[in-house]
Amino acid sequence: MAQTLQYSTFLLDKLLFGVELRQVQEVIRYLEMTRVPLAPEVVSGLINLRGQIVTAIDLRKRLELEPAAEGSLPMNVVIRRDDGAISLLVDEIGDVVEVDEDSFEPTPETLRGTVRTMIRGVHKLQGRLMHVLDTERACEMGEALTQGR
Amino acid sequence: MGDSDIVKDFLAESYENLDRLDRELVSLEKDPGNRDSLASVFRTIHTIKGTCGFLGFEKLEKVAHVGENLLSKLRDGLVKLNPEITTALLSMVDAVRQMLGEIQETGQDGNQEYKDLQNILSRLLTGEAAGPTVTLPAVAPSVVASPAATPPAATNSPAKPQVLVSPAEAPTAATGAASADAGEASKHAPVHGKIGGMLVERGLLSPDDLAFALRMQQRGDKRRLGEILVSLALTKVEDIALVTQPEDASGAPAATGDEAKSGGAAAGEARARGGSAETIRVGVTLLDKLMTLVGELVLARNQLLQFSNTVQNAGIHAVSQRMNLITSELQEEVMKTRMQPIGNIWNQFPRTVRDVAIGCRKEVRIEMEGKETELDKTIVEAIKDPLTHLVRNSVDHGIELPSVREKNGKNPEGVLKLRAYHEGGHVNIEIIDDGAGINRDRVKQKAIERGILTKEQAAQLTDREIFNLILLPGFSTAEKVTNVSGRGVGMDVVKTNVEKIGGTVDIQSVAGRGTTVRVKIPLTLAIVPALIVTCGDDRYAIPQVSLLELVRLEDTQAVTGIELVHGAPVYRLRGRLLPLVYLRRELAIPNVARKQKDQDEAVNIVVLQADGRPFGLIVDGISDTEEIVVKPLSKQLKGIKTFAGASIMGDGKVALILDVLGVAQRANVLDETRGAGKVSEEEAMEAADQDEKKTYLLFTGPDESRMAMPLDTLARLEELPASQVEKSGIQWVAQYRGKILPLVNLEYALEERRKTRRHPPLVQEGKESKLLQVLVCNHEGNPVGLVVERIVDIVEDTAKVKYPSSRAGVLCSAVIQGQVTELIDIPVVLRAARTEVADPEHAEVSH
Repeated sequence: MAQTLQYSTFLLDKLLFGVELRQVQEVIRYLEMTRVPLAPEVVSGLINLRGQIVTAIDLRKRLELEPAAEGSLPMNVVIRRDDGAISLLVDEIGDVVEVDEDSFEPTPETLRGTVRTMIRGVHKLQGRLMHVLDTERACEMGEALTQGR
Repeated sequence: MGDSDIVKDFLAESYENLDRLDRELVSLEKDPGNRDSLASVFRTIHTIKGTCGFLGFEKLEKVAHVGENLLSKLRDGLVKLNPEITTALLSMVDAVRQMLGEIQETGQDGNQEYKDLQNILSRLLTGEAAGPTVTLPAVAPSVVASPAATPPAATNSPAKPQVLVSPAEAPTAATGAASADAGEASKHAPVHGKIGGMLVERGLLSPDDLAFALRMQQRGDKRRLGEILVSLALTKVEDIALVTQPEDASGAPAATGDEAKSGGAAAGEARARGGSAETIRVGVTLLDKLMTLVGELVLARNQLLQFSNTVQNAGIHAVSQRMNLITSELQEEVMKTRMQPIGNIWNQFPRTVRDVAIGCRKEVRIEMEGKETELDKTIVEAIKDPLTHLVRNSVDHGIELPSVREKNGKNPEGVLKLRAYHEGGHVNIEIIDDGAGINRDRVKQKAIERGILTKEQAAQLTDREIFNLILLPGFSTAEKVTNVSGRGVGMDVVKTNVEKIGGTVDIQSVAGRGTTVRVKIPLTLAIVPALIVTCGDDRYAIPQVSLLELVRLEDTQAVTGIELVHGAPVYRLRGRLLPLVYLRRELAIPNVARKQKDQDEAVNIVVLQADGRPFGLIVDGISDTEEIVVKPLSKQLKGIKTFAGASIMGDGKVALILDVLGVAQRANVLDETRGAGKVSEEEAMEAADQDEKKTYLLFTGPDESRMAMPLDTLARLEELPASQVEKSGIQWVAQYRGKILPLVNLEYALEERRKTRRHPPLVQEGKESKLLQVLVCNHEGNPVGLVVERIVDIVEDTAKVKYPSSRAGVLCSAVIQGQVTELIDIPVVLRAARTEVADPEHAEVSH
């Protein structure tokens, strides 16, 4: 029997995304942010996560999606990383889904650009596709952008 | 897992021991007869030898062993200590240290045999007594002897342990349990036997357990006995360390071996060291974690306090106050756990000094003051290398050769003094030598050669500025500024490293008398006082170390005060141009919010210092100073040099901490041409140089004469409307802060003998609305107001060029800010004024 995987899902511009559950530290509502001047565009700011300072990344910008509507407050999906936590800002939090390994398919070749590197592939769920986000890549680019500043 | 723990403990302990050895050997050299030191050195080496024996580091053991033999001869007075022996012993310490390093990295004690070293040590040994081949086995009998002869062994169920222990104890006995391991045992048995036997003897290990461990060895477990015991949790590393220490072994009264003798002298100290059982080793990571947690607690406390102020509830107030106190105390205590005395790094300096001194044939004595001054661990680590470099430099370049010193009438032995003391949240560390001092002309010449300065600029520099040129990158010691080869690290690296942790380096030198290098560093990096400023809608924290002063320009000043030098904004700060940097512009914050702020015309200039150069940072607002907990930025943001980190404010929001150096670099403050930079550097140095320069108040005296007084003699500056001046008897007075302030007109006080001999009216008729400029001074415990014409400025200057005074009440004439200024002698002036007043003859004539 094929192995099952657990994903924490969220919505971004009506697209369903998933991050492996074990990578997620926590999911929290909107927190006030302190902007960081001179930072890469995708960095929305810094949040105070119970005394920990966490960088928040605007996932919409990161994935080259349309900016969110004015006034909508993004949620934080806090990802656990070796060098501390990072928050990914998303539109809406979804359920935790359990998927079969078999339902996975790599990203189609027709998807191009930098976005391609950040989406590992999709899981075919009932009635919709769940994009599997490569969190490492999604966070890494931020570093590359700051180089030379 | 158990193994690596033992090794880790062994390494940590051995490193400490080695550091102590360095120190003790050097002090022993000075006082060869000191038996206590000798015994202590001997014990230290012995402990290392013993421990590495049971851990199986043979090569290390061998080296330590030869050294130990030599030491035992020294202790017994068979060999006299001389520099050659000290050097040999020190190189043995180095060898041991090297091998420990090897063990730390690879888990093995390396391939090097240190044959040469062993030979040297052996040769030194045979210089007096038998060769190493004889002394080597000589240790064995003593080992065998000690447990057997120890009375407790007999009382401790005599029969059973004896049987179990003896095979391992006697290397020659290839019978019973140990037989299978005989070949191995013969090499290590002394140590094994000792450990097994002694643990049992001290009741730290049951005989059954020992038997079990021995059986394991027999069955082919290649580990040493000690390791097996620890890995089975049958005994503790500390216990093994305890029994391997010679002072314990020496409990054997009949012991004849080398070790036993150390006992007597060591007993006292052993007890003292036994007291250190009250301390426990704690991992640094754990302490760091604690520190982080306390930092977070401090933030939570701040938030709680802010919140409790908004609630009308006595209970919450009380609890939050209590919480406040406890947190502060906790913070202090946790900070203390990370504090280390600076002595920890100084302790290696006697050795460093000795080596360098011998290398360049100099005689140098090292003195230390304030060894116990404590600093945060991270800082202690960070300043170790810079300090070492400075110390080497002082010996190498600073102190002269004995012959030269004698010729100059100095003691041939140079003195290098290390001094550390606290000063307002900072620690000052001074490295003082009584050497030749820095040759300023040579430095100047070098600076001109390297194009750092033009001839004209060089001519204008003060001595201090010249000395500090050495800290510039182009000026590494390798460039032979002081004629001796460099050592890889230049003074600029020292400076950079010290500045990295928020410190400063300053050099003072007197030709022929010596050089003082002062390193000023903050106590801790984790929690720093900072000024909170606002820009746009955000707050930013500026660490106070780089803060010089705050300037606020209001109304018209805000418009006219800022001038442009070809587009670059500057402000005249006490006559000097201060380059200005708009934080808003540097941070690329859009000007959207600017509109509302337009009503507030004031300009806030935060005068900062980066790399020794002041610049003004214009911010939207200045809020407050606050103790902030510095938190690093995530990897994604590390690249932004403008920020040093972030912190959580009392209201729970995050604020970024500005990296002043980064801001300055971004704004090109530091890229100015040298000429322009020089001025600011000079000013920065003036600020740093408070012992020589004084702050003066400049004012205009009678006849428009330019006068000054030291600011510290002044209590306050006041402006009093002339209409408030009243007369009390013959004395002009004014009501001032609920008291009567006698007023003295400077013009009158200065005239030694006025022809008219009467007090001129303080206020001319018709000018009652005029504001009097009053300098309030304390004279003999009472405030006295000195009325002057006009207050000009407050400046800092050395007032070096002086000319004797031409009239009473004036100390001297001096050049302040490039102009001749009379320095007023306040006590004389006031006393004169008083006696005049008190003098009845004058009273009669003055109406």
